[in-house]
Amino acid sequence: MSDSLEPIQRGLPPAQGLYDPANERDACGIGFVANIFGQKTHSIVEKGIEILINLTHRGACGCDPETGDGAGLMIQIPDAFFRKECRKIGFDLPRPGEYAVAMVFLPVEPAPRLACEAVLEAVATQEGLEVLGWRDTPVEGDAIGRVARVSQPYIEQFFVRRPEGMDQESFERKLYVVRKRASNEVRLSDIPDREYFYIPSLSSRTIVYKGLLLAPQIAKFYAELTDPDVASAMCLVHQRFSTNTFPTWNLAHPYRLIAHNGEINTLKGNVNWMHARQSVLASPLFGDDLRKLFPIIEPGGSDSACFDNALELLVRAGRSLPHAVAMMIPEAWVHDPSMPAERRAFYEFHAGLMEPWDGPAAVAFSDGRVIGATLDRNGLRPARYEVTHDGQIVMASESGVLTNRPENVKAKGRLQPGRMLLVDLEQGRIVSDDELKDSLARRQPYGEWIARHQIRLEELPEPPHVHPTDHGTLLQRQRAFGYTDEDLKFLLIPMAEKGEEPVGSMGYDIPLACLSDKPQRLTDYFRQLFAQVTNPPIDPIREASVMSLVSHIGTERNILEETPQHAHLLKMPQPILTNADLERLRRVSQGDFLATTLPSLYLVDGGAKGLERAIESLCRRASLAIKAGYTVLILSDRGVDEEYAPIPALLAVSAVHNHLVREETRTQVALVVESGEPREVMDFALLIGYGASSVNPYVVFETYEDLEKNGLLPEGLTAKKASENFTKAIGKGLLKTFSKMGISTLQSYKGAQIFEAIGLDKAFVDRYFTGTPSRIGGVGLEVIHREAAMKHAKAFERVRSVDLELPIGGKYQYRRDGEPHLLSPEAIAKVQHSVREGSFEKFQEFCRMIDEQNERLMTLRGLLVLKEADNPVPLEEVEPAEAIVRRFTTGAMSFGSISREAHEALAVAMNRLGGKSNTGEGGEEEERFGDERRSAIKQVASGRFGVTTNYLVNADELQIKMAQGAKPGEGGQLPGHKVDEVIARVRHSVPGVTLISPPPHHDIYSIEDLAQLIFDLKNANPEARISVKLVSEVGVGTVAAGVAKAHADVVLISGDSGGTGASPLSSIRHAGLPWELGLAETQQVLVQNDLRGRIRVQTDGKLQTGKDVAVAALLGAEEFGFATMPLIALGCVMMRKCHLNTCPVGIATQDPELRAKFQGTPDHVIRYLFYVAEDLRRHMARMGFRRVDEMIGRVDRLETRNLEHHWKAKGLDLSPILHAPQMPRRIARRCVIAQDHGLESALDHRLMDLASDAIEKGQPVQIQLPIRNVHRTVGTMLSGRIAKRHGSLGLPDDTIRCRFVGSAGQSFGAFLMRGITLELEGDANDGVGKGLSGGRIIVYPPKNAGFAPEESVIVGNVALFGATSGEAFFSGIAGERFAVRNSGATAVVEGVGDHGCEYMTNGCVVVLGRTGKNFGAGMNGGFAFVYDADGSFADRCNLGTIDLEPLTEVDDAVRVRSLVERHAALTGSPLARRLLEGWDEALRKFVKVFPKEYRRVLAESARKLEQEAVRG
Amino acid sequence: MGKPTGFKEYPREVGGYRPVQERVRHWNEFLVPLPAEALNRQSARCMDCGVPFCHSGCPLGNLIPDFNDLVYKGRWKDALRALHATNNFPEFTGRLCPAPCEAACVLGIADPAVTIKQIERAIVDRGWEEGWIQPEPPARKLGESVAVVGSGPAALACAQQLARAGCDVTVFEKNDRIGGLLRYGIPNFKLEKSHIDRRVRQMEAEGVRFATGVCVGVDLPVDRLRSDFDAVVLAGGSEQPRDLNVPGRGLQGIVFAMEFLTQQNRRCEGDEVPEWDAILATGKRVAIIGGGDTGADCLGTSHRQGAAAVYQLEILPQPPPTRSPRTPWPLWPMQLRTESSHEEGGERLWGVSTVRFEGDSEGRVRRLVAQRVSPPPKFEPVPDSEFSLDVDLVILAMGFTGPVRSGLLEQLGVELDARGNVKTDADWQTSVPRVFATGDMQRGQSLIVWAIANGRKCAEGVLRHLGADQQAV
Repeated sequence: MSDSLEPIQRGLPPAQGLYDPANERDACGIGFVANIFGQKTHSIVEKGIEILINLTHRGACGCDPETGDGAGLMIQIPDAFFRKECRKIGFDLPRPGEYAVAMVFLPVEPAPRLACEAVLEAVATQEGLEVLGWRDTPVEGDAIGRVARVSQPYIEQFFVRRPEGMDQESFERKLYVVRKRASNEVRLSDIPDREYFYIPSLSSRTIVYKGLLLAPQIAKFYAELTDPDVASAMCLVHQRFSTNTFPTWNLAHPYRLIAHNGEINTLKGNVNWMHARQSVLASPLFGDDLRKLFPIIEPGGSDSACFDNALELLVRAGRSLPHAVAMMIPEAWVHDPSMPAERRAFYEFHAGLMEPWDGPAAVAFSDGRVIGATLDRNGLRPARYEVTHDGQIVMASESGVLTNRPENVKAKGRLQPGRMLLVDLEQGRIVSDDELKDSLARRQPYGEWIARHQIRLEELPEPPHVHPTDHGTLLQRQRAFGYTDEDLKFLLIPMAEKGEEPVGSMGYDIPLACLSDKPQRLTDYFRQLFAQVTNPPIDPIREASVMSLVSHIGTERNILEETPQHAHLLKMPQPILTNADLERLRRVSQGDFLATTLPSLYLVDGGAKGLERAIESLCRRASLAIKAGYTVLILSDRGVDEEYAPIPALLAVSAVHNHLVREETRTQVALVVESGEPREVMDFALLIGYGASSVNPYVVFETYEDLEKNGLLPEGLTAKKASENFTKAIGKGLLKTFSKMGISTLQSYKGAQIFEAIGLDKAFVDRYFTGTPSRIGGVGLEVIHREAAMKHAKAFERVRSVDLELPIGGKYQYRRDGEPHLLSPEAIAKVQHSVREGSFEKFQEFCRMIDEQNERLMTLRGLLVLKEADNPVPLEEVEPAEAIVRRFTTGAMSFGSISREAHEALAVAMNRLGGKSNTGEGGEEEERFGDERRSAIKQVASGRFGVTTNYLVNADELQIKMAQGAKPGEGGQLPGHKVDEVIARVRHSVPGVTLISPPPHHDIYSIEDLAQLIFDLKNANPEARISVKLVSEVGVGTVAAGVAKAHADVVLISGDSGGTGASPLSSIRHAGLPWELGLAETQQVLVQNDLRGRIRVQTDGKLQTGKDVAVAALLGAEEFGFATMPLIALGCVMMRKCHLNTCPVGIATQDPELRAKFQGTPDHVIRYLFYVAEDLRRHMARMGFRRVDEMIGRVDRLETRNLEHHWKAKGLDLSPILHAPQMPRRIARRCVIAQDHGLESALDHRLMDLASDAIEKGQPVQIQLPIRNVHRTVGTMLSGRIAKRHGSLGLPDDTIRCRFVGSAGQSFGAFLMRGITLELEGDANDGVGKGLSGGRIIVYPPKNAGFAPEESVIVGNVALFGATSGEAFFSGIAGERFAVRNSGATAVVEGVGDHGCEYMTNGCVVVLGRTGKNFGAGMNGGFAFVYDADGSFADRCNLGTIDLEPLTEVDDAVRVRSLVERHAALTGSPLARRLLEGWDEALRKFVKVFPKEYRRVLAESARKLEQEAVRG
Repeated sequence: MGKPTGFKEYPREVGGYRPVQERVRHWNEFLVPLPAEALNRQSARCMDCGVPFCHSGCPLGNLIPDFNDLVYKGRWKDALRALHATNNFPEFTGRLCPAPCEAACVLGIADPAVTIKQIERAIVDRGWEEGWIQPEPPARKLGESVAVVGSGPAALACAQQLARAGCDVTVFEKNDRIGGLLRYGIPNFKLEKSHIDRRVRQMEAEGVRFATGVCVGVDLPVDRLRSDFDAVVLAGGSEQPRDLNVPGRGLQGIVFAMEFLTQQNRRCEGDEVPEWDAILATGKRVAIIGGGDTGADCLGTSHRQGAAAVYQLEILPQPPPTRSPRTPWPLWPMQLRTESSHEEGGERLWGVSTVRFEGDSEGRVRRLVAQRVSPPPKFEPVPDSEFSLDVDLVILAMGFTGPVRSGLLEQLGVELDARGNVKTDADWQTSVPRVFATGDMQRGQSLIVWAIANGRKCAEGVLRHLGADQQAV
């Protein structure tokens, strides 16, 4: 091995501290080029490499700028080349197709290398193949980066001959067996360096060249790729952007069949299910060979690798490649009435075979005979294609990656959500999505099979007996299941009333379940995971069409076959069973369906041992039931009495699920839960996430009956209706929970275990919740039993007239005998008194209340002790508080969520202090920009409210909010009644119109998109730091590494306890983790990757005292955010009524009467933060630190307190938090250098030079330049310059006219200012005109284009996202999500993709052609006018918030006509000309999209004007 | 949860009192209850705070937002349950408590606080009227016996909790009637004694035995209690009055407030007070020294007895009319309080200190000489500020200095704390094993809510100690 001083490891490091390689993520650019007629040429390979090079900016490089994250390509086997080369070596190849070649990565050292070769040869021979020989693949080590070089494997090619009489398909199958076997044998051998062994491809058709490369390096590294004999009809390429910098050659794409851009969110479930179904796999094609393929999913692979593994199995076992892809990434079929019935049946049938692999995905695939690509149902990745008259097709993440002569271009298009693009190289043609899907749908009479064999719950016979409500024992059972008064008050009654999850406000400040002295429920130890950065959450309300609660239960059959029996499943429309439903199921006796009930109780006197035995016996009985032929297992905790306590439902389900997965019998049964415990969304999410198909929450239903009986249901509500509403609320909540993680369907959420445990013992988790992260250990069965026993004991006490019937709770609201709160009445009063009276002494009393958690443990930081120094430093030598407070920021609280008084008080305080306040996501009044009321941090959130160029340039820091501690993975909503004149003005909207913040940023679906937005913002304001706000969860460190590689200057790790103005209660309590974990993980991963030196780390989430800050600094933060506490200083008393607008202290309200009660002043905030700094200084002195910089990352100066005395905390192990990666000294532990944003190469420098007279003197200027896709964010830096010079008014219209020819890169004209016109002849990529601020963008195809503009795609996805003013004219079709969140721009376009005008609040959009699905979802303001040629537009609209009507108003007609005329004039659009020629006819086909709320608001203001006129 | 905007819609409204002219003619309570619909509006003013400072401001931790909400919803019986969950005797506190909850009410930051005390009283009064309040005898006996010495609010709360948990409880009271300070210290017009009687009946039905006229340490040696009972709870109050040692203190007509109030209470009960022993304000000029609640009780009693003139002297300066900045919300505010008795007449003198008493030839007090003093902590005399008042009766209402040490405490030899109160550990046990202490005897003079709260906590301590908490509440 290498004898260098610093051995560079290879591959991902093992799990350590809080780092776990399982959390690694990647994203990327993909593409392919092919000759449709299947003609093999070297030029296709060259073009593939060119595509790759032009996608370089979608990849990333780590600490070593020469080492990329990975790049690769797949081509058909270049027969001529290999023939020539092999002859040189000394063996001749048989005819094409009669031999196969493997690309093999091997150990570098000769001995292990030869051993691996021997294994491969032996396996091939045993499988009946003739070994032809080996070829050293010549590679150029100097062409790649240092890190890549050191970790580079030895690369060889291995040739085998197809046996006589074997057809090529069987040969491929055999090769698959050989590859799997050889890989397994090497993996399980003791050959040194065996981890090098990896076979990128082994096929008679295709070969993969890949490695830890940057795109431009590939042709130099694999020198043979430049050989003219290397010819192929297709070339599939991939450039990777991973979140780490670890050298991982194997994880470069393409894999054997695919290259993937995106992320599989449901991976854990998919892998588990694949493992579970291995036992029933059978294939006549494989016969006994099938066993050799196990495990189907190779260990250690990425999500894409696992996907490829599963796909490969399906394909090799006989499905066509497109068929298998459609099965794994189905379209959204459940809610699509326009889908042909046959096709729906195809999807429904396959849904019964296999759950979707869900998540954002653009997958390009090829088996050498066909090449194609598909997009997930949400269309969350871009994919553009271009077809030429001479038979070439190019598909890539971006348009413009290959330049074709305009007149040769036949068509330009984009891949649409759920659609597939397929080129059949053998038939020499493009197969349309419709043709392909129709042919798939007709393969079998799927619809008939379903009709004949599928069972529906509602069709099962009425049960003779249904469990009635037992009022007499209900209270006992409620108590035994841990019900509190709050459960009724905050959860059950509101859900019964409104049919949706209740909303609360402010953050979580009670102890972690593992620290609470109160008996907790097992569910309290879990937290939901959520999507941030590497994949987007979904909007389950506005984009409900992709969401589904449908599932199929029953015995899963061999997925390698398809028979009518495969449709023999029970279809469940949603997962909650009424008592009657459950009885139907219990008595089912149709076909295979046979249910049995397994009691899930234990003798409480038996203690933890008894509980353990009960679980064991439950698992055993489940196995026996399966053997006996039962297919539905009902785990039931009915029958709780004085002796028997319920096994926590979650534990019962997960234990049985994981037991059956291990036994490989899991897919033969459905698990149904009959339990009194579940009552909130989180409970159901957990049960389903750990394997339950359906849940019968019988105590909930009985509770409603009981409330009704006692007259305690709200007026007019019956128990029946309450139960229905509850079911509805839980359903909605579940969809929301899935969508937070970017998952669309219950089927793929089931068993996906998308949770993290906190405070559960590792052994306990490994046994019962296998695979769930639980990073600091904690309680096990002993405590779980004790908590159950405490509740059980309480249950069977007599209830007297002087006792509360249910425990008080105290989780949502403080109660003395309930859970303790960090913000207790005493603590709030103490800190308010201290800042008002100027008493540091009282502040220190407050600190003691928070820091000294001697009696009651609350937080992780409370378990940590600062190590004092042997030699403390004198207090006066510690850096002054004035310097420390500069590191402080206030949290993002929007103007709108809090009152102007409070918002300005915070800004003024932070400016006087030298810290930074944060606007939040609601914009800022321009009057404040010039004075001390200006917020230094301007937030850019998913709604982009008030985000104009002028806003951006008036910031010292631009913060991209990816998630919020109180509700990660969710959007928000400011109801119309809160949007007054001022707020509407600031947010560029209309008073009275509801404003929706979508869950995702629609221009960030992956890490490379984030990099793009960072680049956009940096262009707009090069002086501002760019910060990215993340929320703590397992894997956040990995995401932070990606953020660092995406060139953010700051990353903020927010804790789970942050506040909110309004959020579903389940999100406040059950999503996100304490910042201590996220921050420590971030520090560890950044240091491990040598990325820490180039990014600053900030943390927030209920920081209260100097000690909190000290802990944060020692764990790795250099800056600190405060939000709740400054509000407390201003008078907040934690009413938790922010969402009701009734804040009695004038903070979280817009009600003038209440705002008048605001008594806070900036001085209160200043004093508070100074006190924190002073408190910190005292800790620093004791610890011997003079400067905060010295403390950062010094985990060695923290230790865990003795927890032995605490019944729960004693099991905790905080050492992973206190882990410091072993790295050489020169690796920075804090930020020491600035990021290189690469702005110097921006095209805008030339624009600014050429336009300097215009900028300075207002002289009109005209510029002409060519443009390419590598020119990104054109016009933005220029716009920033103008906004800085001229403010929001910019320059007079058309002062700067730029004309470009070519394909523009992403974000063309982003944040374009008034006074600039960008005209583009060619086309553009995603994000055209995002944040448009008054500028004008005109795009049209080349005049000599060989295609009709109105039939081709001209601009990519999310054009005009968040535009606030300006104009755009596009002669052609735009991609998905056109003009999303537009709040003032005017646009004309000739067709749009799905989700057009979503969340739009103002402005005007004219669409002259066809729209995609879900048009106008959540659109609340502005107008759209759509030319509806065939009258089908209404079918593709989301009519939730909009009305459609004909164009009858004269004003509208005039307006549309004048816009169409301008469109024709500016773009030369032939379509516009045609329409104008027959205008009267055309006008009749226009449909006006009129948002309902907008109509109401306009009518009101018209009425007001009228009244004023009358009065005046 | 109540009505989110109730606090904006409805002003604070209290039932108030009967007119002065009417009420001073009798010894009965004179509170005017608010009609049910008005109470409903008042309960709607509760904001159901995320952090209810009222609940925390209440020593009992009364579930104030919860019972307000229940009243708002008309669920009076459930409200009573919530009230009783933390408070054995809400009808006492609903009449006598100065309501620190209202001082801590969040609404009180900028508006008049929610009328918590009035709602509390309405709930419990209705409970009695409706017959909802019934004995709650224990489900099973624990077989442990406890003696409770004293029968004030702390003793009663402690005894009731213990009895309900299954202990055999005997309450020893030195006086002839149960109630302690409630019985003889609080004037009948503030708490009619029938309230105590019905609680005693309830407790008897729950198994508590009452032994009146037994002064432990005098009539009954403490050791007997220690040998006869598994545990002994001392709840004898803080009965040592603070004296005023100035020239002329020995004159006749200078009495302690408790002597004065007790006599009147006995008269109200129908007891005979011999004329030779009678302390009556009738026709007299009365000086009450001490500006607190006891002083006010003496004031009201004096007026009802028909005093010619009444002065109430307070050494502290007159507090501001509204909350002093030194006691910011949610603290108990220093501010001028005008109790019902103050409405009934008399003159309040602030910042004055008694210099001496002067008497007539028969040794009866006739004049009080006082001077003005500076604010605390120095209380320096203001030069040339001396003045005198012609008085016939002086009532010393200057508080208490702790429990009476002679007798019981001395016999037991329990350790005292620095302030002379009985010292206890976390289980409320004194330095003598199996002997516990609570109420003013342990805490020093305090509010009735503290007495009830500590009585309950002491009961928990006793049960913990007896190892009975597993089976108990």
